Amino acid sequence: MTPQTRFLGGFTDAPVQAAHAFRAAMTVMARPGELRQLVGATPPDGLSVAAGTLLLTLCDPDTGVYLARGADNPAIRQWLTFHTGAPLVPAAQADFAVGFWQDLVPLDQYRIGTPVYPDRSATLIVECDVLQKSGATLRGPGIRDTARLSVPDAAALQANSDLYPLGCDFFFTCGDTVAALPRSIRIEPEG
Amino acid sequence: MADQTKIATGDRQAWLGLLARAPAEALAALWSGYGARPEFQWLRTPEIGGVMVRGRAGGIGAPFNLGEMTVTRCALVLADGTEGHGYVQGRGKTHAETAALIDALMQTGDADTVRAKILEPLTRQVQAARSARAAKAAATKVEFFTMVRGEDQ
Repeated sequence: MTPQTRFLGGFTDAPVQAAHAFRAAMTVMARPGELRQLVGATPPDGLSVAAGTLLLTLCDPDTGVYLARGADNPAIRQWLTFHTGAPLVPAAQADFAVGFWQDLVPLDQYRIGTPVYPDRSATLIVECDVLQKSGATLRGPGIRDTARLSVPDAAALQANSDLYPLGCDFFFTCGDTVAALPRSIRIEPEG
Repeated sequence: MADQTKIATGDRQAWLGLLARAPAEALAALWSGYGARPEFQWLRTPEIGGVMVRGRAGGIGAPFNLGEMTVTRCALVLADGTEGHGYVQGRGKTHAETAALIDALMQTGDADTVRAKILEPLTRQVQAARSARAAKAAATKVEFFTMVRGEDQ
């Protein structure tokens, strides 16, 4: 990619594409374990289509974004800044954090909100190599009985869920697929 | 493809400022006379928003918010990879597109043609309009003077 084309890959029809992407993000967050397709943006190498689309949909100049190691390169920084204007901040101040699980941990470096404002917490966009309805068992609001999702580390996510009503929320992205895991969900490891 | 590092920032500021302030009709007329319509791809389709204008009232003191104004902006890339950005006042999507295309062309080999055919006539029009307005305003100026009433004598 030449330096002059570094800004390509944003929404071509922002209002409609962002609305569709927002609907998909809301649906997966409301029904943990569901998978949805999330397309629209074509981010630079290092970000999946779903993660790039999610960032363009959710970020603006008021939301700090933390790019974890693998997702932190100049092309992604410039692309994100051009299309969203979101400031890039350290993990401890981030509203959104993006990257692979091994780059994002430990989870205790992110904001979990305060008892008065539990919404002042970070949302982690976790890139995954595989994302399917198998693996750890999920229970909680939005799930009829149980759901299954291939989460990267069930123990760490259960520890985050124990902080409820504080804690972080998670989106999992793989290619153009997205799933979500809010803090209200109880996770039991596979087995 | 243009080497954007070779273009002086001041030059680019000057033509972007001129395109932003110029009346949309004047720019459209000159652009339709230019002829060539380069192929391009959108980086950011034209969108309308507000910006806060800040300034020093009376030219002194700290800058403060004067008020909001409507701005249309867009960004595009020509087939050869040159980026053009258009920020114009008011709601004018075509105006913004024209400004971005001219910004891109000014960074290519066509810069001299564009300057001669569009930017220079546009500068003259804007300056003529400004001096006409200044002349009208000057005609309303009132000179106060006091007759000598002889009290000092």
